[in-house]
Amino acid sequence: MTVATTAPPTPRTDPAAGTGRTGRARRLADRLRGGSDGGWFPYLLALPLALVLWGYVVQPMLATFVESAGGDGVDNYLAFLSGSGVARSSLLTSLGISAASVLCCGVVGVGMAFLLKRFAFPGRRLIEAIILVPAALPPLIGAISFQLLYSETGILPRGLQHLLGTDEPVLPFDGIAGVLVVHTFTMYPFFYLAASAALAGMDPSVEEAAYNLGASRVRVWRTVLLPMLTPALVSASLLVFMTSLASYTAPLLFGVDRTMTMQIYINRTNGDLPMASTYASVLGVVSVLFLLGMRWYEGRRSYRSQSKGISTHRREIRNPVGRWLALVGSVLATVVLLAPVATIALVAFSVDGSWTTQVLPTDYTTQNFVRIFADPRAFQPILNSLRMSLLATAACVVVGVLVAYAVRRLTFVGRGLLDVAVMLAWALPGTVVAINLIAAFSTGSPFSLGQVLVGTFWIMPLAYFVRFLPLVFRSSSAALAQLDPSLEEAARNLGASWLRAFVSITLRLMFPGVLAGALLAFVHGVGEFVASVLIYTASTAPISVEINNRMYSFEVGTAAAYGMLQVVLIFVVMVMSGRLERGGPTAREATRWTN
Amino acid sequence: MIGVTLESVSKRFPGAGGAAVDDVDLSIEAGEFFTLLGPSGCGKTTTLRMIAGFYFPSSGRIRFGDEDVTRKPPNRRDTGMVFQNYALFPHLTVAQNVGYGLKIRKIRGAEARRRIDEALRQVHLDGYGDRRIDQLSGGQQQRVALARALVIRPRTLLLDEPLSNLDAKLREETRTEIRRIQREAGITSIYVTHDQAEAMAMSDRIAVMEGGRVRQVGTPREIYHRPATAFVARFIGRSNVLELPVLAARADSVDVRLPGGATRTVAAPAEHGLTESARALVSIRPEHIGLCGPEDPDALPGRITDVEFTGMTTNLTVDVSGQELTVAAVDVPDTPAVGDRIGLRLPAARMWVVRP
Repeated sequence: MTVATTAPPTPRTDPAAGTGRTGRARRLADRLRGGSDGGWFPYLLALPLALVLWGYVVQPMLATFVESAGGDGVDNYLAFLSGSGVARSSLLTSLGISAASVLCCGVVGVGMAFLLKRFAFPGRRLIEAIILVPAALPPLIGAISFQLLYSETGILPRGLQHLLGTDEPVLPFDGIAGVLVVHTFTMYPFFYLAASAALAGMDPSVEEAAYNLGASRVRVWRTVLLPMLTPALVSASLLVFMTSLASYTAPLLFGVDRTMTMQIYINRTNGDLPMASTYASVLGVVSVLFLLGMRWYEGRRSYRSQSKGISTHRREIRNPVGRWLALVGSVLATVVLLAPVATIALVAFSVDGSWTTQVLPTDYTTQNFVRIFADPRAFQPILNSLRMSLLATAACVVVGVLVAYAVRRLTFVGRGLLDVAVMLAWALPGTVVAINLIAAFSTGSPFSLGQVLVGTFWIMPLAYFVRFLPLVFRSSSAALAQLDPSLEEAARNLGASWLRAFVSITLRLMFPGVLAGALLAFVHGVGEFVASVLIYTASTAPISVEINNRMYSFEVGTAAAYGMLQVVLIFVVMVMSGRLERGGPTAREATRWTN
Repeated sequence: MIGVTLESVSKRFPGAGGAAVDDVDLSIEAGEFFTLLGPSGCGKTTTLRMIAGFYFPSSGRIRFGDEDVTRKPPNRRDTGMVFQNYALFPHLTVAQNVGYGLKIRKIRGAEARRRIDEALRQVHLDGYGDRRIDQLSGGQQQRVALARALVIRPRTLLLDEPLSNLDAKLREETRTEIRRIQREAGITSIYVTHDQAEAMAMSDRIAVMEGGRVRQVGTPREIYHRPATAFVARFIGRSNVLELPVLAARADSVDVRLPGGATRTVAAPAEHGLTESARALVSIRPEHIGLCGPEDPDALPGRITDVEFTGMTTNLTVDVSGQELTVAAVDVPDTPAVGDRIGLRLPAARMWVVRP
């Protein structure tokens, strides 16, 4: 009778011994073909990625710090602490604007989320469809459209002046107030999306339980709903704060010079690179601290409902007064949401220099567009933007996909650092990225093959790459998370080498996610302004820089025409990636079969 | 056909405390249907993944026949694996899934089509080749996974809990089907499951694992009737394990005293290590305990604490001087009630000494 296995003891031999040279060579060949199973394989993949991230993200940041510390470095930093200098007031203004932006965006975003997710009223679907439009505008065009609409020379204040017959424009937004309006309109989606997601994920029975236990409506809000929304709101607050801190176009257009980003720009254009580097270092450190705070917080708490019950019902507004208010509100919201795009579209057809003190431009033409496409010099910025964005996107895809794969699927020492380096690129404001690259590549460096990159074409796509790598990384990483690792294992088991399994299975199935990320990176590249304006040269000016220059020379119509082209591109891509996310015919087929 | 041998195989994961698989020796014969059985976390899946090549052992050797495959990458081992979630490629059709391994082996055209058709026929899915994976039911997906593993004519077939995602009725049908296909192909198969009924019904031999170690290897009958340890006794079916004083110990049996005072001579495995006045662990299955009156001198007197009527049997829980015994009685003379006194008859031939 057999009880418990006792296999005959076999002499243990070291696999390296005995078989000799041929054995060793065969094992090496085995490993090479084996790929991901060898202990060193993850490092083979991770090392070049780590070098790229080090060379173009981390090391430039250190170079900026070195630059700032040279010469009268200590004085530069002390300026932030001392009494009434520009440095100190810029830091305080930036922080103040950011805090105010958080407040404004929070009120608007959470309010919108509650209205749209908890109530049913006429016009709700339309608003839900267009609610993200202002945020989708490229940063410069977004800010310009608000300037055209709400500033002292804007359509609304002048329209009201005309209507009411006053001497001055009515309710113009200027300076910091103008910046806050732009921030609120472009950043409230952070709150809206976070609060909507939290509301959608919330178990309605929790709320019902509170009512059932005798709590009043107000009490339920105060003691149940708001606490459950807290994690989402804190994350959104941090995001809005970081984004406001990095905001550059709004202060530029509304003339708020004393912000960190503006000071970086001003010092750089005045040729004081050490001082610009000091501002960039301080802003970079603050941004990274916020990033770390956000990651720490998100790791710490999140309320997620346990039950799979039905989602909350929307409450129908039955009160007739309420219904009318809702309708008026809907119309107003629709107008406000679409106004920026409508303004750009309208102005794009206005004759340059014809729009002075009137409420709306008076003379219209299609010449602006014709000239852009007919004049090779006017078309050059478009070519520049497309070429640089394509280059950067290609690099983002290669590096982003591989970093996502390494971080999600492989185990190696330093995996967390790779993840952090990508997030660092995401946390750094565009102005800081530009200063970092200037500091790192104003002399030859091994990462630029010994070439000086400042003042050349190559620094532009490099900046785009650093700024938009996180977009591709995140969408690739999300696509990988949806993918069962055993699919790749099944391919390996059936005889596929690592590369073949990766390409024919993993990459193939990641493709929609990667493409969505790549499109996003491309669109952001075409709209890029913040970093470009610090590093462009006459021959490499991208669309946004050209828009800015045209605005300065009062060619508002042509500037808006360029902007309109950017906007059209963005909406085409948005529709395309919406298709991707919903999935092609196969995904629809699948849902039909499972239901 | 080849056998699979594991020699002192251990696997430690970096950062984890103990070994996930600890010094496992197994010798799986050619053409055998061999099952790794155990609760979750016992190391059975890790063992299978080492055989497939997804993990390399920290120490020890794995052989396919005479060939040492210990450090061989998975794509060069020629095993066919059926994954727990099937791992079918969602972007390929049924035929393309089945043909994936053939394509890698550069088998194309008519020959590939013939083998794909043959494999699909084998799993009763002829005519499904052009379907998309998401158009198949769970049971059909499972069979595609099996066809995909078999079509490459692998040296061994590895199955990682392939039935756990099916509902109960389909599970029983499918296990018969897997066993039929395996017999027809005559392929050495290694099957991982936590379901002891599945293991008993399908396997030629079973290795029961616990805490990274193999506790017993044997045929289903051996494991059921002669469990090596108290864990195996309890994990395979249900079992009462009594701790009884030893009156006398011999090479292959011991005399023990029952709670009522009666004695039994109980068979024991070799090297049981028991001596007089030690305490032995003795297992007996619930269905082997007989019922009688409480005054029977040869019986264990006890009191019924629970009665459960299942149709085929009546399950009684009986308290015998502090120890609870489970009895599964097919014929119960009177209707027993909680609180009744009752006598239990433990036949010596059905008792067996187990290790702790």
